[in-house]
Amino acid sequence: MTAVVSRPDVLSDERRTAMLEQLDLVHAEVAKALAGGGDKYVARHHARGKLLPRERIELLLDRDTPFLELMPVAAYGSSFPVGASIVCGIGRIHGVECLVMAHDPTVRGGAANPYTAKKTGRAMDIARINRLPLVYLVESGGADLPTQAEIFIPGGAGFRNLTQLSSMGIPTIALVFGNSTAGGAYVPGMSDHVVMVREKAKVFLGGPPLVKMATGEISGDEELGGAEMHARTSGLADYLAEDERDCLRIGRDIVRRLNLPAAVDRPSVPPRYPEEDLLAIASTDLRVPFDPREVLARVVDDSDLDEFKPLFGTSLLTCWASIHGYPIGVLANVRGVLFGEESEKAAQFIQLANSSNTPLLFLQNTTGYMVGAQYEQAGIIRMGAKMINAVSNSTVPHLTVVIGASYGAGNYGMCGRAFDPRFLFSWPHAKSAVMGPAQLAGVLSIVGRESAASRGLPYDEDQDAAMRSLVEAQIEAESLALANSGRVYDDGIIDPRDTRTILGYCLSVIHATPFQGVRGGFGVFR
Amino acid sequence: MRLLVANRGEIARRIFRTCRTLGITTVAVFSDADALMPYVAEADLSVHLPGNAPADTYLRADLLLAAAAATGATAVHPGYGFLSENAAFAQAVLDAGLTWVGPPPPAIATMGSKLRSKELMAAAGVPCLPTWTTPSEVSDFPVLVKASAGGGGRGMRIVRAAGDLTAAFDGAEREALSAFGDGTVFLERYVENPRHVEVQVMADTHGNTVALFERDCSIQRRHQKVIEEAPSPAVSQTLRAELSAAAVAAAEAVSYVGAGTVEFVLDPSGAFFFLEMNTRLQVEHPVTELVTGLDLVELQLLVAQGHPLPPRALSPRLNGHAIEARVYAEDADYLPQTGMLTRVSWPYGVRVDSGVETGSVIGVHYDAMIAKVIAYGANRAEASTRLANALSSAELHGVVTNRGLLVDVLRSEAWSRNEVDTGFLDRFTPSPPAPLLHSVHCLAAALAGAATRRTVFPSGWRNVPSQPQWTSFDGTRVEYTQARDGLTASVAGEALAARVWGAAADLVDLSVDGVRYRCAVHLGPTTYVDSVLGHSALVEDDRYPVPGSALAAGSLTAAMPGTVLRVGVKVGDVVSSGDTLVVLEAMKMEHAVKALVAGTVSELFVTAGQQVDAGAVLAVVSLVVEGQS
Repeated sequence: MTAVVSRPDVLSDERRTAMLEQLDLVHAEVAKALAGGGDKYVARHHARGKLLPRERIELLLDRDTPFLELMPVAAYGSSFPVGASIVCGIGRIHGVECLVMAHDPTVRGGAANPYTAKKTGRAMDIARINRLPLVYLVESGGADLPTQAEIFIPGGAGFRNLTQLSSMGIPTIALVFGNSTAGGAYVPGMSDHVVMVREKAKVFLGGPPLVKMATGEISGDEELGGAEMHARTSGLADYLAEDERDCLRIGRDIVRRLNLPAAVDRPSVPPRYPEEDLLAIASTDLRVPFDPREVLARVVDDSDLDEFKPLFGTSLLTCWASIHGYPIGVLANVRGVLFGEESEKAAQFIQLANSSNTPLLFLQNTTGYMVGAQYEQAGIIRMGAKMINAVSNSTVPHLTVVIGASYGAGNYGMCGRAFDPRFLFSWPHAKSAVMGPAQLAGVLSIVGRESAASRGLPYDEDQDAAMRSLVEAQIEAESLALANSGRVYDDGIIDPRDTRTILGYCLSVIHATPFQGVRGGFGVFR
Repeated sequence: MRLLVANRGEIARRIFRTCRTLGITTVAVFSDADALMPYVAEADLSVHLPGNAPADTYLRADLLLAAAAATGATAVHPGYGFLSENAAFAQAVLDAGLTWVGPPPPAIATMGSKLRSKELMAAAGVPCLPTWTTPSEVSDFPVLVKASAGGGGRGMRIVRAAGDLTAAFDGAEREALSAFGDGTVFLERYVENPRHVEVQVMADTHGNTVALFERDCSIQRRHQKVIEEAPSPAVSQTLRAELSAAAVAAAEAVSYVGAGTVEFVLDPSGAFFFLEMNTRLQVEHPVTELVTGLDLVELQLLVAQGHPLPPRALSPRLNGHAIEARVYAEDADYLPQTGMLTRVSWPYGVRVDSGVETGSVIGVHYDAMIAKVIAYGANRAEASTRLANALSSAELHGVVTNRGLLVDVLRSEAWSRNEVDTGFLDRFTPSPPAPLLHSVHCLAAALAGAATRRTVFPSGWRNVPSQPQWTSFDGTRVEYTQARDGLTASVAGEALAARVWGAAADLVDLSVDGVRYRCAVHLGPTTYVDSVLGHSALVEDDRYPVPGSALAAGSLTAAMPGTVLRVGVKVGDVVSSGDTLVVLEAMKMEHAVKALVAGTVSELFVTAGQQVDAGAVLAVVSLVVEGQS
């Protein structure tokens, strides 16, 4: 047991101010998602006696318990509204952790666009991997017709996912508050449990105009897909709810009867240093390294961590600790660069964590694996491959937080999105890209200069400068946390002060299902 | 001596307490409903009286005597109420060879008849009010209609106009018959703005009769005392001597033995008139005990065993001031309430004579008194302050009580200026609740509830906050967000500048506008919040109300559990607003359920004799629609 002793000079008001500015940028985007379709559509929705998606979720969940909203700024940077017209997150219903998805009908009628598909796909992955019951609060006009080409073919996966979850014994519950038509009709169609709100839910393959076009039949909404019809006649609805609250009550009762264990929280000792400090440790200038021990001192139980190989490969911190009573192994970049020693240390540590069945936490702040003749000759590729091999084949749950830079193959070795961590979050100032903007622009400049020289042409320095600044700006924009979060490359940007709570909550979610570290099972270590 | 107390509840407990100090073995009797009451547990022996109605249990002389025989009791104490002033029972006890802790049966019989007793008193020189036996004899108003048997104000009615006299007379007869088994009533001149002053007397079998000073019992509701004090602030030394002399003369006129009370009506000029003599220990005897230092039950037992009164009783000394408040389970209209006392907690520093404790049930069968709380002080102001504070800091959960009213009276200007007569409560306006009471208590209850649902994560934690958490009590919505930067709260849409210092399921410590309040919270189907601001009973609204569960319009419900006495209408009857539809009998009183609107009786759910629960729908009156019959 080794408690971290924080250095008194670690906190900086400058960094705090800079971090709060970054946080404000994120909050501004989150506010767009919260505003849904805007005042007019929100007012109209309320006037119809309907609740907003987050209002529905608040009534669905156990009061006063946490709700971790996932991917809140999905579709940022795209032509679609921030949030992707759906709310996803994990919360407790009668103590059972559930994955909740709720259409936002104030945003273009809750229609699904390509980002909606990405976000729901990721959410359903989370439900599948963590075996979370899926509660789907449905009110959507179906596919966003102008972008149907992008959504129609891949969108089918949503329905396949639903029934596959069901086949795995993961309960799926559809609470239908409004339209769920055409393809959307298969959401209740593929769910285990279906509740529909009287006079509000409309579930049909074809509405009155389409039916008239197709067959000439003239029929009304209610007879084609009203809640009462489905509850009494078609049998698609298992329960008929009188109103939205009644629907949410029935949804809660269904979860209560799933015979699933309620989450059991573990006692733990809080860190010895305040979470507030987490704003003032990381520099938003990614060239300035910071000690991840100072971060962990404000995240792990009792600020207590036991370092593994503290004297070897010191650019990577590996240590054992616990968060909210759940043991974890931590890999955290100390000085950005990963050398051969760090890679071997990481590969060994990951194998040890699998042996002891301990989940892993990756705190990314890496500029990648070291380059240069000396390092290439010493086998940096082989060493890095060991680390990536170990990360890829490890079967204990992984959690990743990008607390700074995430460049190059460092992103892979430190369990980036492609390596399927159970959850991946970013701090507001984090950046992820193949390399830093200046480096990438510089590489392009050198390549261009060499190309010109080989052809004996003069090199236009003005054009080069313009190209470099253009490329730098583009890469910078693409590497921002908001941009990556908008593309659903993480599960959300988090306030650094929430890090412990979020990781603890994710660990609670993970532990609802047994997991087993891999024995052997790795690829060939070169 | 082995003493059977032919009574229940508070008074049985009170008598047992003295018995314990004297080493006397005690015997309790109990009805079905009283099986788990504290007084039974505290008795050395107890005997079951099957049933609940007093007529089947505590009024059954034969069963009581059998209980005495079965337990080897050698003496019977009747307490107050029930058979305490029943001469036949007293005689039966004596005939069974047992000691009767009370006056001789002839004294009971004489004083039991108000008409006869008055004649006797007048003859003995005790001042009396003019009385009549039939309505036709009455010459001047106002008059008071009273039951000849019994007491406690039952059946009493004030009549100010000749036209109301017959109805009042008949009603009193009916109530007297039901309550005492004797429907005799009489009429008496009614003194306006009187004080009720009574003198405690004690007499032994050795020729000693002594007055133990007076009690003032002028704070009454429905002619029943709720606050009593000793000495009376309206009685001078001279008047005290006159009252004592009259009381002793009254007792001696009937060769009285034991503890008794001679009640007088005192008019504002200082003139007093004999009302009646209660031939038993009074409910309010503790105030006399506190100002004299005597144990009246001990004196009763000494006298009953033939001992002379001890010197301390023969030369009594009056010291300080004592005030008793009777805490009843009743609503603001003095309607008795029933239910389980989910929590009873009294502060130190006062005497509490109570038959109940946490978990006891205030039922429909007997008196709804929860406790007598008695405070002592060097003077009236000190005793008032102490009593008011004790009452206001008590925790009384489960039933609605008159505690707030008692506190308001004791803290009122009128009370402190001694502007008191028996009409005090008719004129009294209770204080409005503290302005912050409701909002602070609702917030405290909400936060206590949240504390019970707390996980290891921050309460109601959101990484994307969109709206507050909320709870609703009786339609008052409490919204709160507990975030990194503290509490944000509103109650009924009004923001509250609140800070939480600690929130647990049973205690919420918060400041509002800079002032800190410690709120004791007891969560339950009804949540109780007690703080210096006052007391709240809050019922949380259903978070998921079942649509369509509201009562049909025009439904008339029972205000309390009871028995349907009469049904005055049938389905289809056209009724006017105020017409009596159903008469309930509950807590020994008649309650008329009247139409609130004119209309047609569309549904009737009860018949005479039926038992109903509180809240039961008795009838539905539908509005008369134009053009329909």
